[in-house]
Amino acid sequence: MMATVRFTKDHEWVSVDGDTATVGVSDYAQQQLGDVVFVELPETGTSLNKGDEAAVVESVKAASELYSPISGEVSEANGALEDEPSLINSSAMGNGWFYKMTVSNTAELDELMDETAYKGYIEGLD
Amino acid sequence: MPTHSISGNRGLQIEEQLIFEQDNPGQTGVDYPDIPQAKNRLGGLDREGEIGLPGLSEPQVVRHYMRLSQKNYAIDSGVYPLGSCTMKHNPRLNEKMARLPGLADLHPLQPMQTTQGAMELMSSCANWLCTLTNMPVVAMSPAAGAHGELCGLMAVRAALEDQGYARTKVLVPESAHGTNPASAHLCGYSVESIPAKENGRVNLDVLKEKLDGEVACFMLTNPNTCGLFENEILDIAKAVHDAGAYFYCDGANFNAIVGVVRPGDLGIDCMHINLHKTFSTPHGGGGPGSGPVVFSEALAPYVPVPYVVQEGDTYRLVEDEASAEGKPFGRMKSFHGQFGVFVRALSYMMSLGSDGLRQVARDAVLNANYLAVKLEGSLSRSYEGVCMHEVLFDDRFLKDTGVTTLDFAKALLDEGVHPMTMYFPLVVHGALLMEPTETESKQSLDQFIEMVLGLTERAKGDNARYFEQAPRMTPRRRLDETAAARKPVLKWVPPTEEA
Repeated sequence: MMATVRFTKDHEWVSVDGDTATVGVSDYAQQQLGDVVFVELPETGTSLNKGDEAAVVESVKAASELYSPISGEVSEANGALEDEPSLINSSAMGNGWFYKMTVSNTAELDELMDETAYKGYIEGLD
Repeated sequence: MPTHSISGNRGLQIEEQLIFEQDNPGQTGVDYPDIPQAKNRLGGLDREGEIGLPGLSEPQVVRHYMRLSQKNYAIDSGVYPLGSCTMKHNPRLNEKMARLPGLADLHPLQPMQTTQGAMELMSSCANWLCTLTNMPVVAMSPAAGAHGELCGLMAVRAALEDQGYARTKVLVPESAHGTNPASAHLCGYSVESIPAKENGRVNLDVLKEKLDGEVACFMLTNPNTCGLFENEILDIAKAVHDAGAYFYCDGANFNAIVGVVRPGDLGIDCMHINLHKTFSTPHGGGGPGSGPVVFSEALAPYVPVPYVVQEGDTYRLVEDEASAEGKPFGRMKSFHGQFGVFVRALSYMMSLGSDGLRQVARDAVLNANYLAVKLEGSLSRSYEGVCMHEVLFDDRFLKDTGVTTLDFAKALLDEGVHPMTMYFPLVVHGALLMEPTETESKQSLDQFIEMVLGLTERAKGDNARYFEQAPRMTPRRRLDETAAARKPVLKWVPPTEEA
């Protein structure tokens, strides 16, 4: 079964498979950030509400926050990013994922954009 | 034909090694006598190893720092239009005053009867700041702008605790200085951001929606970091006060309105003043900064110690909370604040007078608008119309040229000027924020304009490679900022010890 991928207006993506979600920042976001040099990830077991500040990402240009696209409990953080933050630039939608979480309310996904809607959204930003 | 010098030096631009790389063990600039035999009272705390200072003679040390200083760029070398930083000329009269032996040689622990003049000076400086802002009291001790923000927020917290509940949130606009949310966090508040309207000002409707019983304070910079006056400030103040919250003003841009607008008339409860910006004292490596905070009647009881009071002809420093009037929340610094900076700021205020200070604000605004008008035909201005002391452009004018804001700024280095602020504020894309200050002459503004317009034309003329390779003529070419952040070398180690 294909995982469902959804996007937020703040350029996070969330991919849901069953009750497990993987969260990261979009390719557009990594382009805007430039070279990422540091990430601060949430601890396993952290309970997050939709919109909560979940991680911090710093690039050469700016420091910004990643807000949790949906509610749930963090089950795993991508420790590889701490040694190699460049994964976010090289593979924002793949190996550059930030954390996995157990989803508490899948209905929240309906409030997010699918890939087509998100593409339209970022085209409107340029 | 060879194109490089044999040494790698380019005229007076000397390739200078680190001072540790010039170590010649045993060389020294001072001739200490032998240490006399004395009883060791260190209680076993004797140093065991070498302290590892490099050995150099006095002329070698002098040349080293002279050569480094020749690589520097400063407001004393040329135009420095770093937006939001107010890099204005530091009048030499201020320096002369600060070097008077009676002021320069004071010790903060001297008996009060021997420091009456210094306390009178602090009191005068405080009175000027209260008068210019129409606020009843000022805390002189905060060490710089962000320290002043923390001081203001701590007074807000103390006032709310006194009323029974400190609340949990501080609201800041999207265009705020990054120090605002940082100070709020440090003071134990969570931060929520207020978006801007199309015209670059705070969205009052959203602010009103967010102003609930949990909001302790709204922090606003006015003029804001887009160089725009927040013209709904009276309505903002009313909405904030109606919600039982306090109104903080980030006074970093006070230089645009000093002598013209009194923040106390706008309903502000506290505001820090960067003496190192508005009042011309040195900063940017030449500091220290100084960030006195003015307070409204509502917050006056919570002002931190120490402060100077006048009793007849004598001055007294109120040092401890028990003997203070009101309920001071504590203290911000071990001593009395940046005294040497107070001397310079007071010298500036007294030499200009109130009419001169008003002229400062007017000329700062005039100069920024001169840049705006001369450049807006070629660059893309983020907000049209009259600006205040700084003018904001974004990178739309570079669209499809292959040149970024960063490249553009690097090319300005080759022109021999310090670039404008880049990528701040965050509310526009690829920001270029220019603040010429009132101390630039028309001649120097015209030279700067010519450089910016020339580079703009070059950028639009399919010259992306020129910009990618800039700077070419600086002591170092473009540094690898990513590698510096990802793999920083924080300490020089001798080559033999390298891993």
